[in-house]
Amino acid sequence: MTDVSTEPPVRHGLRIIVCIKQVPKAQELSVDPVTKTLKRVGVPSEINPPDQNALEMAFQLREKHGGEVLVLSMGPTAFDESLERAIAMGADRAYLVTDRALGGSDTVPTALTLSEAIHKIGAYDLILCGEETTDSSTGHVGPGIAGHLDLPQITYCSRVEVHGTMVRGTRMVEDGDEVWEGPMPAVLTVNFGCNKPRQPNLTGKIRVKRGGLVTHWSASDLGLDPAHIGLRGSPTIVAKVDTVQLPQRKGRIFQEEPAVAVSLLLEALRKDGVIPW
Amino acid sequence: MVTGEAAAPAKPPPSGVWVFLEARRGALRDVSIQLIGEGRRIADKKKAILSGVLPGWEVEHLAREAVEYGVDDVFLVEDPRLETYLSRPYTKVLATLIRKYRPEIVLFGASKNGRDLGGRLHATIETGLAADCVRFDVTAEGYLDMIRPAFGGKSLAHIHCEKHRPQMASARVNVFQRPARDPTRTGRIVREKVDLVDPDMDTRIFEFIESQRRETRKIDEAKVIIAGGFGLGNPKNFGMLEELAELLGGAVGSSRKPVDSGWVPKALQVGQTGKTVRPDVYVAIGISGAVQHLAGMQESAKIVAINIDPKAAIFEVADYGIVGDLFEVVPELIRQLRALRDQAAAPGLPAAARPGSPAAG
Amino acid sequence: MVERFDAIVVGAGPAGSAAALVLARKGFSTLLVERGRAPGVKNMFGGRIYAWPLVELLADWEKDCPVERFVTKEGIFFLTEDSCLGVTYESPRPPEGGPASFIATRSKFDAWLAKKAEEAGAMLVTGIRVDGLWREDGRVRGVTVGADDRVASELVVIAEGAAMGLVRKAGLRGDLEPREVSVGVKETIELPAETIHERFGLAEREGAAYVYAGRASLGLRGGGFLYTNKSSISLGLVVSSEDLSLRRMEVQDLQTQFRMHPAIQRLTKGGKVVEYSAHLVPELAWNMMPRLVADGVIVVGDAAGFLINNGYTFRGVDLAIASGIAAAEAAETARAAGGMSAVNLSAYDRFLRSRNVLTDLERFSRAPLYLKNTRLFDLYPRLLIEIADRVYRVDGTGKERLAEAVLEQLRAEDVPKLRLLRDLLAGARSM
Repeated sequence: MTDVSTEPPVRHGLRIIVCIKQVPKAQELSVDPVTKTLKRVGVPSEINPPDQNALEMAFQLREKHGGEVLVLSMGPTAFDESLERAIAMGADRAYLVTDRALGGSDTVPTALTLSEAIHKIGAYDLILCGEETTDSSTGHVGPGIAGHLDLPQITYCSRVEVHGTMVRGTRMVEDGDEVWEGPMPAVLTVNFGCNKPRQPNLTGKIRVKRGGLVTHWSASDLGLDPAHIGLRGSPTIVAKVDTVQLPQRKGRIFQEEPAVAVSLLLEALRKDGVIPW
Repeated sequence: MVTGEAAAPAKPPPSGVWVFLEARRGALRDVSIQLIGEGRRIADKKKAILSGVLPGWEVEHLAREAVEYGVDDVFLVEDPRLETYLSRPYTKVLATLIRKYRPEIVLFGASKNGRDLGGRLHATIETGLAADCVRFDVTAEGYLDMIRPAFGGKSLAHIHCEKHRPQMASARVNVFQRPARDPTRTGRIVREKVDLVDPDMDTRIFEFIESQRRETRKIDEAKVIIAGGFGLGNPKNFGMLEELAELLGGAVGSSRKPVDSGWVPKALQVGQTGKTVRPDVYVAIGISGAVQHLAGMQESAKIVAINIDPKAAIFEVADYGIVGDLFEVVPELIRQLRALRDQAAAPGLPAAARPGSPAAG
Repeated sequence: MVERFDAIVVGAGPAGSAAALVLARKGFSTLLVERGRAPGVKNMFGGRIYAWPLVELLADWEKDCPVERFVTKEGIFFLTEDSCLGVTYESPRPPEGGPASFIATRSKFDAWLAKKAEEAGAMLVTGIRVDGLWREDGRVRGVTVGADDRVASELVVIAEGAAMGLVRKAGLRGDLEPREVSVGVKETIELPAETIHERFGLAEREGAAYVYAGRASLGLRGGGFLYTNKSSISLGLVVSSEDLSLRRMEVQDLQTQFRMHPAIQRLTKGGKVVEYSAHLVPELAWNMMPRLVADGVIVVGDAAGFLINNGYTFRGVDLAIASGIAAAEAAETARAAGGMSAVNLSAYDRFLRSRNVLTDLERFSRAPLYLKNTRLFDLYPRLLIEIADRVYRVDGTGKERLAEAVLEQLRAEDVPKLRLLRDLLAGARSM
């Protein structure tokens, strides 16, 4: 039994960087009727669920090929909660790019910032992201990072395999499964629900408590140009937000016993021309 | 570089509305066609030209088809290396053409490949991209108003890209109406060449396994969807829905929980994290009606709900509903529909002699 | 890659946190693992903590310990359907050595004590359920969680509570055969502090601890308790699980009927029930207690069976804390003697006795048996009330003297005097 703190870090196997985002827990979202904005205060947070699948994918690859799993995020210091959770799940270390100047970033400066952070981390074999976030659902950041770093990309993967220096991602596309193969280093985005994310374990929680595993970087630590980050660096803005008007529906609800209710329903649907007979 | 475009005084301002035409195995994707209709509407509002961009191999006929659907011209880029979508070469094609022709607006269908492409492209040329839009408008200033669902479908966000060009957006699948096809329509086909070298072909398609399940493709285009929720209790009960779907010539769908529980494949999932559908009839069975599910089906022409809980949220958006035990209602529904169908097949015959009845043999 | 500590304490209840605190103070690198998302969240008790071991643990414990109220008023009450006879005791003199006991809530108290352990240097991890012992070469080398995860240590302190999962896995006892299983149920009833002061005759920081016999548990073996918190009342019952199933009753119904008794209503009227909890508590006979030490293992608190059921409530928190301290002392002795072998850890026995933990348990071991006597819960309380009724009734028909009233009542109820005497003696001896 050896003790991790006395061993020097060894670079073998794959170095995988997983980009994660902390998001409000989906079911807890509600819109403030007065300000018409999302009520974010006091809402519990979680690691964006597709990112959890990406993390699990990374852990499985590490189990198979050896190496390390690093976690990267961009956001306020509150995101430490998710980074610590990722470490408690099994990640080796975490990095958070946090800076007021990054506030209001759309996907262009976000992809740029994360790319610069990845540069700073140094050598890597794979960059994994969840396919999209539950709060913004653009799916742009993974491919955006690939564009910035000029790397091969494979999106919407339900499976990821490493064969020597090549990576294969099985993409779930509309008409089937397409397996792409490309050389590492590469960027892959991982499908929501493609695996079962593991829970934090005792060893992981101990490592978090020991501390020193989360590094914070500011915009200047990465040498980012203020004109290209945050609100200033975002080509898009949210001009306004409307509450959705659902179409008014007639709403005839039948509460009779099944035989009667069904015949009433079918009669109505026939009148509407929905049923062919 | 396109950033700071508007500041350069010598060049004319960017103009033109482009639609990315995605060719998939010899045909134009539905969403590309839907976008031509919407693109036409925006171009007309802006009094601009609507162009299609079509990378591919041996797809000239699709370019003509696009013109018949409403584009004024098509930038056709043919190369055997473009036969099937791959990220880098397609991004290079789009980036090259955008830099050369400087469109004001570029629209993509939010298919998997459309989003893959848009994501890489927008970072490469540094411009704004609004994802998964369900509506477009043109503001008084002439910007594109890109409207997309936010906050789990409870709200609609209006996204603007004021300074960067082109303004780019991806459009959600099956939300926009397919335009009429006019075979008499004419337009230009502009053949463009983009040099694709080996480093551009960093990935290759190793294997393609076509989906076996018919429903996987059907749900996107089905006119009738019979969707099941957690109330079904176990995967076997989806068999009932398949029977019902068969009777009505529809497809089976699902809310999120049965997919998460592994009862049905994700391809059947309707909702915010699944598919958006707009069938003529959507029957929600044992589905409570969480906002995330509604986001995927609330624009169905007719919604029918079957649920044991009279207070279930689904009843609020239903045109018709039955409050009752689905294990009684659904078999009854199947029974009565069969009777109706048999009656229609052989009217005037006594029940026993009708096709499908046991006595008829 | 395997994390390692000198000692791992499983369970951050009072026993575990006390052990962790003292171990950390004594220079052991200590991990305290709790399965709940916070210490105390999974724990339940009557409401009163006897303070004596805290004094030993933390000299300035009173400064920030989350005390609801100090017990300054005791009461014992006998109930019939609608009447109540009781004796209360209060004294202006504080007991020697400071307040003897206080009323607390577990979520606050356990969290406080665990925090003290952290301040002393223990590492607290929550939300993880340790479900196995890591064994190698016949001795315990740490703990395991699930199939894959393990952490190494020289010593594992089992403070897991009454469920005793690890105690069984450690081979320290066989499958659980409780001699007696009780059900404890408790409601927290919100009531403004001023109302509490008025109804109970208390000042700020003062609290009442009442026990109820007789109709409280509707004739089932057991009894009721009531503790005053700052601005709520803890009201509950402890009943024999056997009796519950024999009579086919639900414990929530019992609790509701207890709460609806006029004597209780007078005290809780207008209050809002904000919390409800129930807990099974297995009681072990003294001679069924698990072995307390093995190579690399020591057991503290409820897991060791350190619970005294006095019929109306359980006394366990103070014993738990005392045993935690004793276990840490045993670990220190073992370390000096060369290792955490069962032999070296057996000093535990000595440290427990020095705090009267074992002696009290032995002494009161006969109490549960005594309390099996149903007459205590039914007949005798009723008798007392009838007697009281006779004594206090003045209706012009002539008053008897107290002794006559008693004898008259006994005759009316057909209670053999000899049996009554025997019961009284047995009670005195076992209590």
